[in-house]
Amino acid sequence: MRITCPLCGPRDRREFYYYGSDDYLNRVTVEDGIDALDNFLFLRDNPAGVTRDLWYHETGCAQWLRVTRNTVTHEVLGAELVADIKKGAAK
Amino acid sequence: MPELIAKTALAGVKPLTIADTTLAEVDLGPIASVALFPGQEKAVAKALKPLGLSFPAPNTFADKGDARIVWTSRNQAFLIGVAAPDFGAAAAVTDQSGGWAALSLTGPAAVDALARYVPIDLRLAAFPVGSAARAPLYHMSMVLMRTAPDAFLILCFRSMAKTGWHEIETALRSLAARAKIA
Repeated sequence: MRITCPLCGPRDRREFYYYGSDDYLNRVTVEDGIDALDNFLFLRDNPAGVTRDLWYHETGCAQWLRVTRNTVTHEVLGAELVADIKKGAAK
Repeated sequence: MPELIAKTALAGVKPLTIADTTLAEVDLGPIASVALFPGQEKAVAKALKPLGLSFPAPNTFADKGDARIVWTSRNQAFLIGVAAPDFGAAAAVTDQSGGWAALSLTGPAAVDALARYVPIDLRLAAFPVGSAARAPLYHMSMVLMRTAPDAFLILCFRSMAKTGWHEIETALRSLAARAKIA
């Protein structure tokens, strides 16, 4: 399995550390209500197909990536820098 | 004031030549990490200009006289061999001198030796002179630079210097042994 890091280029899976769903990028607070908090902390989709999750390029550029991949075909469809995603969100 | 003697990570180690390929420790002098603050590209370019350098694109390095600058991460580079200029509030500059061990690997077996540990394409066409990479050397982090078609410079953590040396020596010995029975 290879992930194409937006900075480093195509790299082997062993260079990356898996974190979890990209839900972690959209943190909720107590103000969002107990259901939203419950959903954020405990409930995850488990799709057969395209899914997005967070990976850390541990022995490369030390950046967090949002990787889009397919759990059925094992295709890795793309990767973006979380830093860029957050920059876009702040604008 | 006592006289303190600065020692490199592998102080005293002699260059090792196996399979016509030489592994040696290099003293790079000062190393400073330069991490840009957001939107400070112009200010950093200005500070680097007197050195004849510019901030490197990802996966590259550049030399000018004694100075070298190598890309190490998003908006981060290592300035090597010269005292860091004043970047003001444009970049976070931290002294990394002595934190890294530098090894040079030069010779016809250099690519094959590194290929045993480094999971990237190191052929000249894919990783030409002037290329740099943050990549693993077996299980440890390194900064890799291609300084000539048959020469590499490896930066690894000072605390792992002996491990780095050992890994590369092992690969060279193994390649030499194979060549003998081939």
